Amino acid sequence: MTTLETEGATEAGEAATPMSPSARLRRRVGLRPRPPGHGDRRRWAAPLRSPGLLAAYLWIAVILLAAIHPGLFAAGDPLRQDGSQILLAPGADHLFGTDDFGRDQFTRAVWGTRLSLQAAVVAVAIGLVSGSLIGLVAGALRGRADSILMRIIDIMLAVPSLIVSLAIISALGRGTLNIAVAIGINSTAGFARLMRSEVLKVSNAKYVEASVFAGHGYVRRLFKHVVPNASRSVLAAATMDIGTAILTVAALSFLGLGAPPPTPEWGLLVAEGRTFIGVQWWLSLLPGLVIVLTVLAVYRVGRSFNRGRTRVVA
Amino acid sequence: MSSPEVPSTERVSSSAPGRQSTPLLRLRDVSAEFTVPGRAPVPVLDGVSLDVEAGSIRAVVGESGSGKSTLGRVVTGTLPENGRVTAGEVVLGGRTLTGLSERQYRAVRGKEIGYIPQDALLGLNPLLPVGVQAAEPLRAHGVGSRAERRERVLDLFAKVGLRDPARLYGRHPHELSGGMCQRVLIAAAMSTRPRLLIADEPTTALDVTVQRTILDLLSELVESEDLGILLITHDLGVAAERADEIAVVKDGRIVRGGRTGEVIADPGDPYTEDLLRSSSLGFSGRQAAAHRLEYARTVPADSPVVVEAKEVGKTFTSRASRASRPFRAARSGPDTVTAVAGASFQVRRGTTLGIVGESGSGKTTLVRILAGLTPADSGTVEIDGEPVVHHRRGAGQAALYRKVQMVYQDPFASLNPRSTVRAILDEPLRGHRYGTAQERARRITELLEVTGLPAELADRYTAELSGGQRQRVAIARALAPRPDVVVLDEPVSALDVTVQRQILALLDSLQRELGLTYVFISHDLGVIAEVSDEIVVLQHGHIVERGPALGILTEPRTDYVKELLASIPGAAAPGPAAEARHDAAVLTPHDPAVLVGPGRSAATERTT
Repeated sequence: MTTLETEGATEAGEAATPMSPSARLRRRVGLRPRPPGHGDRRRWAAPLRSPGLLAAYLWIAVILLAAIHPGLFAAGDPLRQDGSQILLAPGADHLFGTDDFGRDQFTRAVWGTRLSLQAAVVAVAIGLVSGSLIGLVAGALRGRADSILMRIIDIMLAVPSLIVSLAIISALGRGTLNIAVAIGINSTAGFARLMRSEVLKVSNAKYVEASVFAGHGYVRRLFKHVVPNASRSVLAAATMDIGTAILTVAALSFLGLGAPPPTPEWGLLVAEGRTFIGVQWWLSLLPGLVIVLTVLAVYRVGRSFNRGRTRVVA
Repeated sequence: MSSPEVPSTERVSSSAPGRQSTPLLRLRDVSAEFTVPGRAPVPVLDGVSLDVEAGSIRAVVGESGSGKSTLGRVVTGTLPENGRVTAGEVVLGGRTLTGLSERQYRAVRGKEIGYIPQDALLGLNPLLPVGVQAAEPLRAHGVGSRAERRERVLDLFAKVGLRDPARLYGRHPHELSGGMCQRVLIAAAMSTRPRLLIADEPTTALDVTVQRTILDLLSELVESEDLGILLITHDLGVAAERADEIAVVKDGRIVRGGRTGEVIADPGDPYTEDLLRSSSLGFSGRQAAAHRLEYARTVPADSPVVVEAKEVGKTFTSRASRASRPFRAARSGPDTVTAVAGASFQVRRGTTLGIVGESGSGKTTLVRILAGLTPADSGTVEIDGEPVVHHRRGAGQAALYRKVQMVYQDPFASLNPRSTVRAILDEPLRGHRYGTAQERARRITELLEVTGLPAELADRYTAELSGGQRQRVAIARALAPRPDVVVLDEPVSALDVTVQRQILALLDSLQRELGLTYVFISHDLGVIAEVSDEIVVLQHGHIVERGPALGILTEPRTDYVKELLASIPGAAAPGPAAEARHDAAVLTPHDPAVLVGPGRSAATERTT
């Protein structure tokens, strides 16, 4: 009965009763309130209760560690060739086998993590920042600026992204960073659209209108009330986008637009292995699986951000 | 019948001679609980017993969180997944409902029990024509052919008072007003000729005038169809006016039950008394206005004019009106809609101007022009002699907002969910350059104190606060820059009646202490009567009556005002009996207007 009484008292006498952050929401949607403090505990326990999410977090932790400190997982040199150990099958010595130069494929996959991940994060960061800015300006200014910006975005969306990427890379030259820039420019349009619609939605909220009474300037109100509330779904979309970016980076590297051959890079590893795919299938498949697992893990975590009231920005 | 509520059951059967003695719906010792993972189950209903007779209305009254909605859901068998009935039985016309499987329940729900939800707009699918939705229960239970169903729905639409049913059949919910949507839902609930209707706060989201017509409709249906209605409401005024019997629920228990007249005459329980005091039962405009006059006498008659509106007019073109004001557009033609026309008024310092009218009467547009949120097409508004200017991004309006502040209707929407209370209160202080950090912190403590909020609330997010507490935060925010004028846009209509009382009392005491000037808008003349010195009545954008509150309340000149007066929930019902009045007089001895006066409700206000 205690929870009920607490609730009644809060409404009637407005006694100061501690309530978990989600309790009011739960009440509004007609659910019973949770006991105080329960919500916080739940947020911590959420990954633990869902094994899939837990695994995703663990995998991302491993990948990040490999990116920061590859020597921890594979002490060897990813470029060292060994003529006596060409095209070995996966085994205890060589987890992913060896390639046609006798290089350890596992070592190469581990050392390639940094470059692939870097490219994906840079790509998303470019898209997120430029897209959000364009969307924010369009949504906040409305009128003619909005029309012009959005038509430009429409044009960007109308041209196939692969062709845009190829054009950008041929202009900038090959290299993983240039791939990242190309992908970033491509994903700008999506972020801009999302941000604009969120800004329009949040701008209609009563608390944004009410903030005019506080006497602050427009830009300050925009960044205090509109941006934090609009950015939640944009940031959730960005986490999802990292997965897509990893895939695209790998795809463009596979096409030979990324780093030049001796460099270990996930997409390149898959590409190099394709010559032997009929017999030494592991050369392409195992790095490919690493890519798949990483993308899935990022998606899973992104999805958990997107659901419910999880705060992406505190 | 060896139930705990034997007396009430006896009264029921004696009061309805000629009817069958077994009630239509019978709940006996029903208990329900909700399970929360990792914790002991929370009981929500605790041994509830009540009856609903055919051809009568049984009201279940209680505050938010009292378990009254759960009671309705137990009957319809739609408890959420974590809820279950632990004891007791629900019997509908001789058939025990408790323990039915979901499959069996589906044959009962919608066919023998109709359900009317609270929010009419949320209760309808925006993508489907209303006619199709009203026929949904018929289709679900496989009644009749497509053409027959249409026929029946058109019949029902006429019966629930919708004009031109054939045209309405294909309309979508957004083309209808809130009251019309609620009528459609009632038609849907009635389509299968149920014997019992569960109405869960059917009118809370509606204007008082619409509320009255909807409640009239329900009363008619009870008469003509021999329906039994379980009416769930937070307003004892509504219950007293409409119900034959009342059950007051608190913490899942019935604390007072019986015939309506008896409950009103002798609440016999502090909670029921509280609800009774909070309702507008026995509302008297003269008393309310007379009570207000006592305060008005303390304001000098030559007090300076703070707000002056001259011939303010605003017209919306059809594009704007279709986008944001569909109902108004539907009412006055497709091309242009006059929101406000030629509105002139003055407000003197320290007094309250009440603006009253139905939705779509233009009152919100008028105050938005007043606060510089919407530009006026014609006319001017001056505050403290300075003309009010409008800018879409609020540029150059900071000086205006040092003098004018606003409190919005819905405290859930008007506070940023990502800010703590402290941040919300600090914002206007910073914006209007209120001293150093320490001075601001002191002012925040002060603001929390004057609005009756505990100091430790400062570092909470608003999501953790109740509706009443949120509205207090909104008021504190408005008071922060020490404004002269506070515009109150329906500040209490989203709240429970008991909380309404507390907020009105707070506003009243703040006005007395700080000498504030209020512009108060509401659709409820009962609320306006309590707070206003002068009243302006708006209808379709035109001022139809204006003047001192007492004059308008006691001698209404137009039918519109008479209708507004008659719509005050509970006003038509007889007021509390002599002893209740006496009881009240003990609380505030010198106050003749004890029934609805703010001074009276101060007694229920808890000083936190």
